Amino acid sequence: MRAQDKVMPRFKVEIDYDECNSCGRCAVNCTFGVIEFDREQDKPIIVDTGKCVACQRCAVFCPINAISIKEYPVTYAPHGNWTPWHRRGVYEQARTGAVLLAGMGNDRNYPVVFDSLVWDACQVTNPAIDALREPVETRTFLGRKPKKLGIREINGKFELEEIYPNVMLSTPLILDHMSLGSISYNAYTAMLRAVSVIGTLFGTGEGGLHPDHYPFRKNIISEVASGRFGVSPDYLDAAALEIKIGQGAKPGHGGQLPGEKVTQLISDTRGIPLGTDALSPNPQHDIYSIEDLKTLIAALHEATEYRVPVGVKIAAVNNVAPIASGIVRADADFITIDGFRGGTGAAPRVIRDNAGIPVELAVASVDQHLTNEGIRHKVTLVAGGSLRSSSDLIKILALGADVGMVGTAALIAMGCRVCQQCTTGKCAWGIATGDPILGKRIDLEWATRRLINLFCSWTADLDEVLGTMGIDAVESFVGNRDRLRYIGSNPEEAKILGVKHAGSRIGIGGE
Amino acid sequence: MTKVKKITIDAEPKGKKLYHRELNKKIRRAIRNGYNWIILKNIKGQRFIGAGIKEKVTIEVFGDAGLDLGVFSEGITIIVHGCSEYLLGNTLNAGELIVYGDSWDITGMGARGGKILVMGNGGSRIGIHMKEFRDKKPIIVYGGKVKQYCGEYMAGGMIIVLGLDFSQAIKDKKKPITRENIDPKKVKNYKGEIVQSDLAGGIHGGTVYIRGDVPDHNLGVYAVKDEFTDEDKEILIPVLKRFSELFNIPLDLIWKKKFTKIRPVSSRPFGKVYTYTPI
Repeated sequence: MRAQDKVMPRFKVEIDYDECNSCGRCAVNCTFGVIEFDREQDKPIIVDTGKCVACQRCAVFCPINAISIKEYPVTYAPHGNWTPWHRRGVYEQARTGAVLLAGMGNDRNYPVVFDSLVWDACQVTNPAIDALREPVETRTFLGRKPKKLGIREINGKFELEEIYPNVMLSTPLILDHMSLGSISYNAYTAMLRAVSVIGTLFGTGEGGLHPDHYPFRKNIISEVASGRFGVSPDYLDAAALEIKIGQGAKPGHGGQLPGEKVTQLISDTRGIPLGTDALSPNPQHDIYSIEDLKTLIAALHEATEYRVPVGVKIAAVNNVAPIASGIVRADADFITIDGFRGGTGAAPRVIRDNAGIPVELAVASVDQHLTNEGIRHKVTLVAGGSLRSSSDLIKILALGADVGMVGTAALIAMGCRVCQQCTTGKCAWGIATGDPILGKRIDLEWATRRLINLFCSWTADLDEVLGTMGIDAVESFVGNRDRLRYIGSNPEEAKILGVKHAGSRIGIGGE
Repeated sequence: MTKVKKITIDAEPKGKKLYHRELNKKIRRAIRNGYNWIILKNIKGQRFIGAGIKEKVTIEVFGDAGLDLGVFSEGITIIVHGCSEYLLGNTLNAGELIVYGDSWDITGMGARGGKILVMGNGGSRIGIHMKEFRDKKPIIVYGGKVKQYCGEYMAGGMIIVLGLDFSQAIKDKKKPITRENIDPKKVKNYKGEIVQSDLAGGIHGGTVYIRGDVPDHNLGVYAVKDEFTDEDKEILIPVLKRFSELFNIPLDLIWKKKFTKIRPVSSRPFGKVYTYTPI
């Protein structure tokens, strides 16, 4: 490496040696090779601050808070156009000649549509519900609904005419797909334990299902993606199935789990050879059209004897509404829409940062399109791709999604600091790593409790808010855009969202 | 040995064609009732036959099977006395699928185990993205010839293309094709290329064996030709023996032509395409 290849570090780690008691926890916890323990000097030393990713693991584990992490004080000459971000990208690509991979979700500073929305509350003309004493129904069902409730009588017994398999969710929130391999065994198990307690679902991603996790199958959405990893009759025996066409972080892109991460555990779970790249092709080679999709959906229905709902996951892209309409006509029972801020273990950065559209606009557009076509009842709409808080969840429900899904928020609940190093597999918090030793940093009981807390807390928020709006069931709230108002500056955006501008009046009072 | 208990299901009772849902229901009911050899009569392109079945039973199909035959199944044996459409053995986990006829595109997509033996010809993307692990190793054998992208993205397993022409070897064309209905003396070799372009493009595991020569311009990215050794012969012998038993052709005839072996350049061909984003 020439001197010119060098790029100045981004972060500067400092240990306050006046405070430091040489316990060495920082050195043990650092997985990126920044801090090591020097036995001769009997203290931890910074060996390469250039490798620091600001994951805060060392700082959090320092019992006396003696570690500080700052921006490295060598500044780039200011330039409004050539930001340091752009310059660093060019340096790296000029050095390697390769495609930059990145983890987490889109980190660019695009406007967030959620932040331009506010919601309504009851005042005088209609009473609010006291959510603390009058329970709000948060249960919702994943699967196809009949067009009307037909009842027939057979031998004196009454039954519904048309019923489709549905999965009951205790709260309109599911855990997004994350595969074993992209996250550690413990993180994965904690997710499964949490959803089984809460009564909601977790997606396997395209990572197969380890035999240890078979007991959780009532809370699992098994994913069938282009690589078909781990897809066996046992794997298909889940609460729901989902065909993955696209992912918000990398629309149109398949995925690669690099060979060094394909350990024996991953090989067995996915049913792939040890140590080779696990490549998921970009298209599913048996789906080149809506008709082919219909075939695969039918095959999955057939293989599971029509017991479970089969959904399709797509990334939010330009023409998402007619695509969704095609998917409904291909007999999908639910559609998952993943927005362009959705997370990933690894994706080419150029795709992660630029492809797709915000999920808020996609959901509003799909909901309206399907309603206009009279087929909205045929599918449950699941939406994710960066729901950061319960308010985002509430807004996406009002925009037309039946169920929200979270991925990154769940990781953050387990300690993730959003340092965006998921790609490297070195996650110091033991989450996004295949290293079994690092994976043990997640304590199962603790992580499960944190996830349950997050879900309970968001559900309680939802209860409170629905109460203030005078709505007693989540299913009555879905798609209720009249309870939202737009406070942004773009009338076109409000039109696509189908939301009135804040302060819009009904009637002509005062004129 | 478990006792063979046979049942015949007519797919066209009283002249009315059964659709796949009813047909598979009948098959599953038969399995639950303890039958382990299910004969399907009058099949006319019904899809998804044997989908997701885990039981080790045999299904014998008379007629031409439709899309996704044996899809997601694990351990089933299906014998088709006729042709099969696209996606034969899609995501197969174990078992044996035998077709006395042609079977077109994307046979054995994403298969993880099991054997697929086809007497006739195939379309494109045969064995795409097959994989193997531990003792599971999917095998696809085509008696005839196949089209483009054979073995694309392969991560494991084995594909064998023999280039044999059975079209003149059927003794009585009005009868269903069975072992007895094949005249081994009339089996010929196809002239010209038996595989087309982009053979094993993006392969990163497993091997493709082509009987006869493969011109370099037909190889896909990251696929290379390798010497066919005695070791390879040892690997092929049991598979080809089974093929010759099923389709009534002498093993010697197959060995008359030399095989070409195609293997991946490396198990991580795309490793250098990507780099980590700078911190």
